[in-house]
Amino acid sequence: MNTDYTINPLGDHSLIIEWSQEISAAVHDKVMNVYNHLLTMQLPYILDIIPAYASLTIVYDILLVRREQNNNAFTTIKSLIAPALTAPLVHREQPKRLLEIPVCYDPSLGLDLATMAAQKGISESDIIDLHTSQTYTVYMLGFLPGFPYMGKVDDRLATPRQKKPRLNISAGSVGIAGGQTGIYPLASPGGWNIIGQTPVKMFDPALDSPCYCHPGDEVKFIPISLREFHKKI
Amino acid sequence: MIQVIQQGLLDTIQDGGRYGYQHLGINPGGAMDRAAMYVANILVGNDPEAAVIELHFPAAVLLFEEDTLIALSGGDFGAMVNEQPLDINQPIWISQLSILRFTKPVSGARCYIAIRGGLNNTPWLGSHSTHLKAGAGGFEGRKLQKNDRIPVNHVDEDIDKALHQKYLHTTQLGTPLPWRADVRDLYSDGSVIRVVTSLEYPALTPQSQSLFTSHFFTLSEQCDRMGYRLKGPALQMVHEEERLSAGITRGTVQLLPDGHLIILMADHQTTGGYPRIAHVVSADLPILAQLQPHSRITFQIIPHDEAEELLIAAEQHLHFLQNACNLRWQEWLQHNQK
Repeated sequence: MNTDYTINPLGDHSLIIEWSQEISAAVHDKVMNVYNHLLTMQLPYILDIIPAYASLTIVYDILLVRREQNNNAFTTIKSLIAPALTAPLVHREQPKRLLEIPVCYDPSLGLDLATMAAQKGISESDIIDLHTSQTYTVYMLGFLPGFPYMGKVDDRLATPRQKKPRLNISAGSVGIAGGQTGIYPLASPGGWNIIGQTPVKMFDPALDSPCYCHPGDEVKFIPISLREFHKKI
Repeated sequence: MIQVIQQGLLDTIQDGGRYGYQHLGINPGGAMDRAAMYVANILVGNDPEAAVIELHFPAAVLLFEEDTLIALSGGDFGAMVNEQPLDINQPIWISQLSILRFTKPVSGARCYIAIRGGLNNTPWLGSHSTHLKAGAGGFEGRKLQKNDRIPVNHVDEDIDKALHQKYLHTTQLGTPLPWRADVRDLYSDGSVIRVVTSLEYPALTPQSQSLFTSHFFTLSEQCDRMGYRLKGPALQMVHEEERLSAGITRGTVQLLPDGHLIILMADHQTTGGYPRIAHVVSADLPILAQLQPHSRITFQIIPHDEAEELLIAAEQHLHFLQNACNLRWQEWLQHNQK
């Protein structure tokens, strides 16, 4: 059977399924389809399943596998996950979550707005319009707890990471790196171009579900004024 | 309660790690040297993955408010109770109001203290491990500071009753029990680190592939719970290509844009986009966790199925130690129970 993915060990206690290496909704739908299947299967031995743009990493407990199975752990896990990979690409029974995230694009918070506008020969309000005019997919979380990697931004907004990362970016800062947009859930050093800030807590360890965004969510940014921002924070 | 009367460099509460949240960007963390966590715990009769204190040198000075049974394992930091030196890998009875300090880094990079009954902090997402970036888990989500009081679970089994009885009037403040765990096999040769190759290994130039296993690498000053940056010959890919970020794991050896290597450790990011060259096998992670900056290592590539066997062998050794510890306690009880 022709497959459009590869499965390889990623060290001795995880494996990685990789599809065509591109950022696209079509590839990510395949990733999320297998991910959701695996979640419903509730397989033993598996510690973590990490979806990304075009891959799924599965971390497993070698010792648990070997306590119960005679086979090598990698082979065992590979055959356990097989049904999820051969399953047809279902159209989701439940619609994706759409999160509306308020963002204040005031220059006092959108530190790189002016520079970006000058570079691109467009106005700051063009940048805001472009950024808020579409919905984005959360392709994956990484870098920091609850940091959503979203895409794809309009080509006119795409901007490479800053050569010299800032030492401290405020929690809630909304940035652009290449064709991606993301939100810093915590104050951190970082190289993304900051265009605004959300008053929404993207990460709150006190909650049962500490991260605001989950892989596969859809996100739309809603522009708010500085006054509204301060009221909500 | 255990009181911190002087702060150390980086002392945190850790356990077997926090799994099930990497899809949210929350890394598992946990003890850097799991073998040492395991050994310290089994010496005091705890669950092998119970919460322990992971110390870096210079380490905290601790006051034990109550009589306690503890064990130290991993690095040897020249522990002293009051003025009496203590060995690692041995159960030690500590009389109340004793002060434990660590005087010199004799060997290793991380020392673990297990306390009988385990530590009684509120777990975060099912684990006691301190997640420093999230500011959650362990003791208030941060490293231990002066005046912290760490709650300890109270145990009152036969062993505890007999220990209290025996040492009720002891004047000695730290009394080792007469047996120790032999951990030499778990740390075999500390300079050879076994790895399995990873996805981008074949994309290294033939010369870089050969350098990877023939040349030594030195741990730089930038070695912490997140990762170890290595110094050594710069390695090259046949051709550079953009890679999308994907899930990565503890032990992954990545090639940085400057040609140098980084090994991801317990507090690694959950995703990354640098080329994956190799992965340190799970059985050798404790060895790596005990190496100091400036240590030299050599990578040895082994087959994937052998890596699994090495971990099984290490686990069997730990089980053997656990059974031996339990047996010692039974014998000790027979002699000391009235």
